[in-house]
Amino acid sequence: MNPSRISKLFARCRAENEPALIAYITAGDPSLERTVSLVEAMELGGADLIELGVPFSDPIADGPVIMRATERALANGASLAGVLEVARRIRERSQIPILLFSYLNPLLSYGFERLAKDAVAAGVDGILMTDASVEEAGKFVPTVRAAGLDTVFLAAPTSPIERLKQVAAFSSGFVYLVSRTGVTGVRDQVAGSAAELVEKMRTVTDLPLAVGFGIAKAADAAAVAKIADGVVVGSAFVRIIEGCDGSPELESKLESFTRELKVGAKAGRA
Amino acid sequence: MTTTSQPDSGGHFGPYGGRYVPEVLMNPLEELEQAYYAARQDPSFQAELASLLKDYAGRPTPLYFAKRLTETLGGAKIYIKREDLLHTGAHKINNALGQILLARRMGKKRIIAETGAGQHGVATATVCALFGMECVIYMGEEDMRRQRLNVFRMRLLGAKVTGVTSGSRTLKDAISEAMRDWVTNVGDTHYLLGSALGSHPYPLMVRDFHSCMGIEARAQILEQEGRLPDQIIACVGGGSNAIGIFHAFVPDTSVRLVGVEAGGRSLEPGEHAARFAGGSPGVLQGCFSYVLQNGDGQISLTHSVSAGLDYAMIGPEHAFLADQGRAEYVPCSDADALAAAQTLARTEGLIPALESAHGVAEALRRAPNAKGEVFIVNLSGRGDKDIDIYRENFKELDEPESN
Repeated sequence: MNPSRISKLFARCRAENEPALIAYITAGDPSLERTVSLVEAMELGGADLIELGVPFSDPIADGPVIMRATERALANGASLAGVLEVARRIRERSQIPILLFSYLNPLLSYGFERLAKDAVAAGVDGILMTDASVEEAGKFVPTVRAAGLDTVFLAAPTSPIERLKQVAAFSSGFVYLVSRTGVTGVRDQVAGSAAELVEKMRTVTDLPLAVGFGIAKAADAAAVAKIADGVVVGSAFVRIIEGCDGSPELESKLESFTRELKVGAKAGRA
Repeated sequence: MTTTSQPDSGGHFGPYGGRYVPEVLMNPLEELEQAYYAARQDPSFQAELASLLKDYAGRPTPLYFAKRLTETLGGAKIYIKREDLLHTGAHKINNALGQILLARRMGKKRIIAETGAGQHGVATATVCALFGMECVIYMGEEDMRRQRLNVFRMRLLGAKVTGVTSGSRTLKDAISEAMRDWVTNVGDTHYLLGSALGSHPYPLMVRDFHSCMGIEARAQILEQEGRLPDQIIACVGGGSNAIGIFHAFVPDTSVRLVGVEAGGRSLEPGEHAARFAGGSPGVLQGCFSYVLQNGDGQISLTHSVSAGLDYAMIGPEHAFLADQGRAEYVPCSDADALAAAQTLARTEGLIPALESAHGVAEALRRAPNAKGEVFIVNLSGRGDKDIDIYRENFKELDEPESN
């Protein structure tokens, strides 16, 4: 099988000693239509990979910012089928890697066979399941991988080494390291536990490692870029989207914020 | 049928149950499971729990023959398992005592819990007071409104009650908020989950802590009737009181196990919480089981006059028992539950919790056509907390001249 867009991205980043900037957005907030242009803005600002959040009614791993985004998206009628349509429209004009970021139930409801087929057709590159441990989601991995999609799993500061090995074994493309215990959301400081987790993870896998949760500004991005292959930013973007309430300046604001983060991340490697 | 060897090592009851949580919680759940298995084998743990259940909570509870109710209905003999007599007014204290001992054993300093009707919140606040632990209870704002008395009781006991404003502002949203707290404070905090729900080991552990109800009832009915009952009837929200009284009877295949779900205003989507009448298997809050959801896999809003049954998912062991045909599940409407509460009050002098009234209603429906049978109804809680709702629904009794 050819290397995936995600693998190619990280190979290029490693070759050029550049950190990958991974941008999360809740699809459908403020509308599915608008998500397409917001992603375009983030790509212009320097995002290297898009995590397209599938809204779910009961997002247990998310803090208030993404919870509210999810509620807005669902109120606007967003569904997994709609999110795949967003991916298809992004793919029409861009080769940016797209990772579906979802709680398990909307995927189960859609059906994994059908999802794998439709996701590939839409130009999606991989799937991350927020609330699915490798024990439970392992059974879906062969179907998803057989279609040519990457499966990205989360590793946490609470994961002992045996679990980290499992997480790595079920992951492809990269591994998503959660910087600290807790829900998604902006924090004043990125926890020191991230560095420790990166170090432990490096002993069990050669896969690229991205660190997320709580990264909100250029300095955070720089700190993470020093230790990891990728920097994930989520709630900070969603907060800007919420603050702009659909105003026409939203795209330019997102683009310039993305650029700030990218500059910060690169500075971490300088 | 291998119902007695459930769950498997991953916490699965057939296909249901398991652990569907963010990775952060996987190791804490494994630690909890190990601590629980060790405690289960530890005679000193079991002795301390047994002593508290007896001297503090008031076990064993009586199995009471409801003579007037039986005569009125003219069919099955109806026995009532009097969990309403327990300290704090419901069965929830069984599990709260078990889990607080476990939390202490694990060195946890802080307890969090969700509550719907407030009964589990009150039980948790009570055991936290008893053991001097910090206690935070998450409760949907809609439930805080309809169960004000229990909110006050929790606060009087020293607990902090945190209102939850997301979603439908009921039990489901309170659980999500408690999970968010746990994911953040997992080091020093034990999540004292109150129903046979969530991720392994909770459904197993909560069932075990409540299995005393069925063990007692089985011995009591054998003593009083000299035989096993024909039907055991219990209300099912998450399903803790039902699984607690069912469990000892699962191998007795002649005994029909009847779970009663909240039929709400109607069986239209959003109007009820009857998972077997409109739900399908899915994942919610750490567990795979029957859940009310729409075609996109979004969890549906629910309604029940009873806050304790107002929840979109049923516990995984119930889903398994239903699939196996070992237990049957039926809905009961708000109106039937309210009417049954009044009937029980007037024939036996027992005012049931609204949750338990759903089970009573099903017994009233079945008994007239079951002459010669013996029923056990689990009266899982008493109705003090529901007096405001009864007042709203029996307005004619609340007039100055009514008599």
